[in-house]
Amino acid sequence: MILDSLDVDVSSFEIRTGWAIKPQGACKAEMCVEMPEGSDSPTIDGRILAKRLGMPLVPDTTHGLWALGPETLGRALSSAEAPELILPDRGGIEFRLSSLRGLKVLLLAWASW
Amino acid sequence: MWQEVRSELRPKGLEIVTVALDVGGVEAAGKFIDRANAEHPSLIDAQHLLDELFGVVNVPSGIWIDEQGMVVRPPEPAWPGRAVFQDFIPKELPPDADPWVVKALALTKRIRHDPKRYMVALRDWVERGADSSYALAPDEVVARSRPRTRESAEAAAHFELGQHLHRAGFADDAVPHFREAHRLEPDNWTYKRQAWTFADPLQRPNEVYEGDWASDVEKAGPENYYPPSDI
Repeated sequence: MILDSLDVDVSSFEIRTGWAIKPQGACKAEMCVEMPEGSDSPTIDGRILAKRLGMPLVPDTTHGLWALGPETLGRALSSAEAPELILPDRGGIEFRLSSLRGLKVLLLAWASW
Repeated sequence: MWQEVRSELRPKGLEIVTVALDVGGVEAAGKFIDRANAEHPSLIDAQHLLDELFGVVNVPSGIWIDEQGMVVRPPEPAWPGRAVFQDFIPKELPPDADPWVVKALALTKRIRHDPKRYMVALRDWVERGADSSYALAPDEVVARSRPRTRESAEAAAHFELGQHLHRAGFADDAVPHFREAHRLEPDNWTYKRQAWTFADPLQRPNEVYEGDWASDVEKAGPENYYPPSDI
């Protein structure tokens, strides 16, 4: 997740990474990782997220940006529950993977290169 | 390419969603999407989110998701009954062909793939659902997804900065991040090939990156370009 400030907006964080900040901690699928007290504010310190979830926080000093990388909890898929994926089609219309619940889905990655 | 498979299996409850891992966005992927003229959702992933979210490291990769939204097979090489990359190998090369191209084609021929088996498995799953031996239990799905090491997570963060800066018009500033991503996760071909393409459209040796497609595939061994499929 690209950050231009270390105050991470909790709702954008959830949309981008699937980690929801709840009273019991940062939660994704059936997992919860404890967070410090008072995490009911709309932002959370990126350094705390990085530390608790094992996410690398990589700076780009020239542009005043950081990238908060994925959690390191063992595997790329920390749960078999498919993460939400929201991507545009060719015309820029957003499509949600979760809109296909009830069907089997073959998700295919390809590239022009 | 996948439209034919979609026509066959959509009445049986399978939807196909294609995702183009292209930092170049519509400009890069649009014409291919137009040509495919598919009925299924054809999306563009300029950030390579599939790498980070699912552990994709090469294309083509297929991921199976069941009716409840559970992944039943993590990313693995996926073929619509034939290995498309083999179609591009010419029968004969002109005598003055670029030696790099000759080498790249020879390596391509040695890339492992089993397109027929993939379709057998896919049809079996569509037919039998959870009873199909190809549908994996949740623990197995997690265990078979890529290891998420500190290095691979840092590679993802650097790649994200790289693609972000590249798309914001700072192509030169993106390069150090792409290079770091390549160093940290050398077997992620989407990170490499995407960045190489910006230096040379054919991914030949260039002055921006140490690697190029033929040299890196040769080094890794073409038989390791795709992980061994256990499908």
